[in-house]
Amino acid sequence: MKPSTNPFSGSSFWSFWRDTRFLQALAQAIFLLLVFIATRWLIGNLLEALDSRGLSLSFAFLQRTAGFGIGEGLTFERTDSFWYAYVVGVVNTLRVIVVGLGLATIVGIFAGIALLSPNWLLRSIVSAYVEVMRNTPLLVQLFFLYFGIILKLPSLQERITFGSFSLSQRGFFFPRLEPMQSFTLWIVVVAASLLAAIVIFRVLYQRRLLDGVETRPGLWALLPLLGLPALTWLLLPEAPLSLDRPQLDGLRMVGGAQLSPEFAGILLGLVIYTGAFIADIVRSGILAVPKGQTEAATALGLSKFEVLRLVILPQALRVIIPPLTNQYLNLAKNSSLAVGVGYPDLYNVSSTIFNQSGQAVQVITLMMSTYLLISLAISIVMNAINSRLKIVER
Amino acid sequence: MSRKFTLFLVATLILVLALSACQPAEPEVREVKVVETQEVRVVETQEVQVNVPVELQMESERLAAIKANGVLRCGVNSGVPGFGFLNEEGDFVGFDVDFCRALATAIFNNPDAVEFRPLTAAERFTALQTNEIDVLIRNTTWTFTRDVELGTDFGPTTFYDGQGMMVRRDSGFGSLNDMDGATVCVLSGTTTELNLADAFASRGISYTPLVFDKSDETAAAYDQGRCDGLTSDKSQLAGLKTTLSDPAAHLILPETMSKEPLGPVWAHGDQQWGDMVRWVVNGLMIAEEKGITAANVAEKAAGAPEDPEVARLLGLEGEYGQLLGLDPDFMVNVISAVGNYGEIYERHLGPDGTDIPREGSFNALASDGGLIYPQPWR
Repeated sequence: MKPSTNPFSGSSFWSFWRDTRFLQALAQAIFLLLVFIATRWLIGNLLEALDSRGLSLSFAFLQRTAGFGIGEGLTFERTDSFWYAYVVGVVNTLRVIVVGLGLATIVGIFAGIALLSPNWLLRSIVSAYVEVMRNTPLLVQLFFLYFGIILKLPSLQERITFGSFSLSQRGFFFPRLEPMQSFTLWIVVVAASLLAAIVIFRVLYQRRLLDGVETRPGLWALLPLLGLPALTWLLLPEAPLSLDRPQLDGLRMVGGAQLSPEFAGILLGLVIYTGAFIADIVRSGILAVPKGQTEAATALGLSKFEVLRLVILPQALRVIIPPLTNQYLNLAKNSSLAVGVGYPDLYNVSSTIFNQSGQAVQVITLMMSTYLLISLAISIVMNAINSRLKIVER
Repeated sequence: MSRKFTLFLVATLILVLALSACQPAEPEVREVKVVETQEVRVVETQEVQVNVPVELQMESERLAAIKANGVLRCGVNSGVPGFGFLNEEGDFVGFDVDFCRALATAIFNNPDAVEFRPLTAAERFTALQTNEIDVLIRNTTWTFTRDVELGTDFGPTTFYDGQGMMVRRDSGFGSLNDMDGATVCVLSGTTTELNLADAFASRGISYTPLVFDKSDETAAAYDQGRCDGLTSDKSQLAGLKTTLSDPAAHLILPETMSKEPLGPVWAHGDQQWGDMVRWVVNGLMIAEEKGITAANVAEKAAGAPEDPEVARLLGLEGEYGQLLGLDPDFMVNVISAVGNYGEIYERHLGPDGTDIPREGSFNALASDGGLIYPQPWR
């Protein structure tokens, strides 16, 4: 009897059942198949339901006349199309998100630093703010802010005025700078003086670095930066900018600029809420910087503010950025709660569109893709910042 | 190397086998289809019968499903006193709600066999389209787009409404024309939003809409003075006015901005179900014409009514109930449970309810000069 070269040769065909690599591949294949079947079933179900009710998936309805009005944002007439109404909604949403991100970051950083303040009163007040905001629902806060505070302001007739500024439940009205005919010329001069200021600053700054003499670059650069535009302003026959003051005209304020109660409501609501989360992130980021850094910086003779600005915050930023991105995304998505306070954002306008047109699937798809795009844009920017701030390992 | 390859080959083989395992199902389906097409062909050969619907006598599929579920799913309003309102006890009450109860009684002889689904104006058609509800009775206006494009069908109008504008008495507005530049609170997803734009555009005056998702929020913003006017159907305004902090300080302007025929709505495609809803509503109106009330219906059904239409309505003559897939005396049950049309109106919209005057309005019986004109029961 010849000894077999391979004791398992007899069962070689079936041995793959015991091969974990094969089993893993099989499990993945089966899973993929299930996902495929489920997706097909869902889409098929949708198409069948739409078909049986005579509805289509076409986006052509977006060209139709909207027929409704939008209270705020880009100028919108009832004869404009659904598509333009959608654009108005998107712009309104972006307005809230962009301004909201900026303000929430500022609030968050200051509150975060205050959470670590040695001052007991400041620390307690800020931690009370953070805890209350973090532990109550945003929608409830929005309703409280809008119905409980903003709409409780005096009426337009009894508004609080301060010069040309006025505050009422109809909004905050303030003067606006209106460009006149000579504005184009003036803005060119401003641009030129800005350029001149940069050149002067750089030259003098270089000289200070190279020759070691005090050349006061900032001071010299300020001269053309402020002087030239001011001189042109005085020399021009009419001022390039005039002040457009808001005035009461019947039921509304005309002229000037305004911050509507709805915009203020959703913006403040989001800033206060997200700011509380950011504060905690900033606090944890600062605590993540080793204590030795502070001590070393203090030993070098830096002031408390300089220690924070030059040593602590730049290092804390590395820890802060990833969770901060999450908060930014939350703010962007929470902006859809604007419908609760009547602000015509993307969600509010979309829900009107899909009701008036009846094309729920298309409008919701469009709306979801828009929020997705906004969120992805925020992620991309934040990831870019994150990778720039990372410690470069050599 | 070769081992990896065989591994991949075997995995692919299994996948192909798995995929092909799905195949036997398809021929089976095809076989069924063949049988169906054969049936159609038989109909086609008998050329005279081509236009006759095959399922003429068939009971409504939806009705069968509702009977199987044991409950009618009815989409209603939860925030408009008089029409659909969730009261302090947690019960749905109102004019529209009673029509849901009437339908449930017709099917189950039980006015409580209803699952009420409170819907916002924005959700309601999607709820119908996605089969979340069997019928929508939620002050919904019958319009071209909704009827033709949204895949919904409308039943008989139960309430003739019109859009109005509520303003504060001290604002000094006497008509819409005084409202140039006004801010108007309006509910999202309603015909109201469109009529408002039309009304102001046709008068050549401007306005700023302030759109909310729920009628509570809309009314709250108006109540607080954020808006100069609150617009909605007049019937709803009458109800909403009672919820304001000082109802006496507000008035509804005389203009009517639109026609708003309100009635029950169902998903397109099941005519038999639609017939049932239509005739229950019609029956309630006929009952009022004939003076049949919740109090006297049992007595009338027990005796032999002289009026043949009353006999037919109460199931003493003909097979009207059976044709709808219901009990012969279903209207007796319905009327004794919720009363006739006039009684429902009186209960919720009369002086004890939100007080919308009926006399002289479109909602009076045709014999009294109104538009409530039910089709004959024969």
